[in-house]
This record gives sequence, structure tokens and C-alpha cells, in this order.
Amino acid sequence: MMLRDIFLMMSVVLFDEATFAAQPPAPQSIILASTTSVENSGLLAHILPAFTKETGITVHVLAQGTGQALATAARDDADLVLVHDPEAEQKFIAAGDGIERQQIAWNDFIVVGPRSDPAHVASTHDAVAALKAIASAQAPFVSRGDKSGTDALEHRLWRMTEIDPAKTGGGSWYRDIGGGMGAALNAAQAMNAYTISDRGTWLSFDNKGDLTMLVEGDPRLLNPYDVILLNPAKHPVPKQALASRFAQWLVSPEGQAAIGEYKVDGEQLFHPSATAPK
Amino acid sequence: MNVWAALGTAEFAHIVGLSLAVSFSATAVAAVVGAPCGAALAICRFPGRRLLILLANAFLGLPPVVVGLALYVMLSRSGPLGALALLFTPSAMVIAQTLLATPIIITLTHRAVEEPWQDYGAALRVDGATRSRSIRMLLAIARRSVVTAVLAGFGRTISEVGAVLIVGGNIAGYTRIMTTAIVLKTSEGELELALGLGLVLIGISIVVSASAFVLWEKS
Repeated sequence: MMLRDIFLMMSVVLFDEATFAAQPPAPQSIILASTTSVENSGLLAHILPAFTKETGITVHVLAQGTGQALATAARDDADLVLVHDPEAEQKFIAAGDGIERQQIAWNDFIVVGPRSDPAHVASTHDAVAALKAIASAQAPFVSRGDKSGTDALEHRLWRMTEIDPAKTGGGSWYRDIGGGMGAALNAAQAMNAYTISDRGTWLSFDNKGDLTMLVEGDPRLLNPYDVILLNPAKHPVPKQALASRFAQWLVSPEGQAAIGEYKVDGEQLFHPSATAPK
Repeated sequence: MNVWAALGTAEFAHIVGLSLAVSFSATAVAAVVGAPCGAALAICRFPGRRLLILLANAFLGLPPVVVGLALYVMLSRSGPLGALALLFTPSAMVIAQTLLATPIIITLTHRAVEEPWQDYGAALRVDGATRSRSIRMLLAIARRSVVTAVLAGFGRTISEVGAVLIVGGNIAGYTRIMTTAIVLKTSEGELELALGLGLVLIGISIVVSASAFVLWEKS
């Protein structure tokens, strides 16, 4: 980076945007509030250049948890959302904040844990039974605790076990870290703990250490991703046309193909589902 | 990805450039506002002066994450300054860092100018110097300490992460800077790359501070 470039950037940062602050930062850009799982897994970085090339629209991605992403959009600070928590999405739409929900892809959640597997969950495909075993063995378990889509799924599974992990294990084996998926995997790795991850983040995560995938294939671990537009009746939506164009592109054959071809270590992370039976 | 290869990409160059641009901008604004204010607090006598000095000192420990959150609420499109459309832009990051650096520069400049004011204040008054001229003279006399004050302000801005993460959003290629990239890479488990970024950040911080120091020692 040349010094000249830095001064150029400085003048842009200081003057252009401050002086013309009333104008949006770039004429053709939208803000997508999304989840850490689609950003940390590298999916968006893979598919967005194709969309920008085709339409000239830049997509600025906020990688938040599903809960935070929906809250950001509800405050008008994003133009559309891409999230994965069916219950929270229904509430968002019922509250009049969102419209036109469309499923764009799915992958699945998995239970990961230390190779030594102290709760002996590796033999099962039943996620609820696995959580029960972890609780009864009082084996360390890392919870996201951040109201993300993954956190919501984890709590749904615990409700099915009829165990309240925060009550029975809070402060001891049940460790609520209040962080993103990567932070939870880092913590689980460091503490030899179990945790629930989406497959995409898990596959692209670099610091696995002694962690390994132990439970997969339970239908209750299905993880659908939906795109939702803001409701013009409740929000100003100055960029609805651009946001809608992006949503349409995600479900179009081009967008679906771009999602489907994204692979990490030869493994497909997201399965396009806009046209497939759900 | 190989750490060294990653550090050579255009994406990384943008991250470093934006870090410097945002921090330099914020430090510049904070210096232009803070240094004269600090000097004025030393030489002017007015009601509430002691309270202002106390506040500037108290704000030295302003928690960045709280500044970021307060600014977020103000700049949110549904907040009082929402019409400016500044949230999640580099400008919002400059504002946040300016708020953090200004009290540091005010307080340290105030301290630096107090003593020369006691030594030369009477002479300046006899000369009939106006207040603004006195402020300029005192800043020139105490320039070494003022440079230290500005460098302390720069140190705060370049190393800060809590506020810029909240108001910038860490958007790739747009508002991602070195500190927020380190947080992201750590969360992705790419600890080596995060550490590499951290070393580059420390290096840049040292180079900037050292060059400013040497330039001013010479002048």
C-alpha cells in the first residue's frame, strides 16, 4: 500500500462521506444482515462477486447471529436478512417486519466433541439422546448463548430432552459462552467439550485440534436458510428494489448454482433448495 | 491459507490502508479540536472550567464498547441521526475513534501547557497577546509534550476494536480494519493468520509513532 493511497483513502473517509453525509455511501449497495455461519463458512464471499458482476450491486455483509440480524433489520439498519431460525423468522414476519420469505439453501447441524467421547454419543444418530447422554455424564458442553439460529436449535433440542442444562449444569459442565460459532468451536476445542455446529462452519474451521464430528443425520438437525425482505408497510425500505433483486438472484438458477458449487475440501457445504422439494 | 500469502493480497492492503486512514483521520480531528481546547483550559478562567477538566480526565477511561453502542443508537436509521445514513460506514468509525481520542489529547495537552503558562503567561499578557495567540504560543512552546499527547490519541484509535466493530459492522472490503479482522480470524479458528495480522498491526503502530517522534525531534 502506497502512502499516496492511504492519503487518498483518508480524504475519502474524512471529506467525501462527511461532506456528503446525507447521501448513501455508494449508489448501488445494499446491507445484508446475515449469520456468522454463512459468512464464516466462506459461502457469501464465494457467491457475491458473481451477483455484483451481473448487476453492479455491492452487497455489504453484516455477519451477526440470527437474533441480532433480525433486530438490526427491525431497526431499519439493513436492507434484507439471510438467516436460519424458523421460529424467530415467523415472529419477525408476524410482527409485520418481514415479507416474502424464501428458502434458498439448507445444510445440517452436527454434534462435535472430543475424540475420547466421554458421554459415548458417537454410536447414535439421535441428537436428543446424545444431549441426554452428555447431561447425564456431566461432560463439558459449550453453548453459543447468543440467540443465533444455532443457539435456538440447541435450545429446541434441550427442550425435547426435558432437561434444563443451565439449571443443572450452569457454571459447571454447561458453558454458555455468548459468542459466535467460531468462538464456540475454539472454546470447545480448548475445553475438550461437546458443542453443536452447523456443518459449513465446522468444515471450514481451522482450529479443530482434538475435536471430531460425533452425531449427524438426525432430521431434527436440518438447517434451512431463508432470505426475507423488509415490509414496506412498516419500514422506509429506500433500497427495496435492489434488495429484492438480490433475493430473486439467490433463488434464480444462477444463484442456486453458485450456492451449490461452493465446496470446502471437496465437500458441498450448502444444498440449494429454492426449487427442490423441501 | 498460507499466512504470508494472505498478508500479500489486495484485500489485506485495503484492510491496512483503511485502518490507517480511519485512525489518522480520527487523530487529526481529535488533535485539531483537543489541543487548542486543552490549552484553553489551562489559560482561560471561566465558570465550569474545573468541571470540564474533571470531565476530560474522567473520559480518559471511556469504555469503547459503550461509546460504540451509544453512537450506534444515535446513528441507526431509526435513531435521531439516522437521516445521515452513517451507520456501517468508515465515517461512523472515524466519529467513534474521534470521541475516544479527544479526551486523551485535551487532558495531556492541558497538563503540558500548564507549566509554560505559569512561566510565560505574565509576559504574554504584558505583550498584549490575545487568547488565541497565547494558545498558539503555548502549544508551540510545549510542542514535544503535545506530540506525545497526539501520539497517545493515535495509539488509542489504531488499537481500538469495540466501538468500530459496533458502528462499522466489520464489512469485508468496506469497514473491515485490522483489529476487527483479527477478531474475525480468531473466531474462524485461523489463529496463525490472526497472529500475523496482530504482528503487522503492532509493527505499523510502532513505525507511525517512531516516525512522528523522530520528525518532531528534528524540527
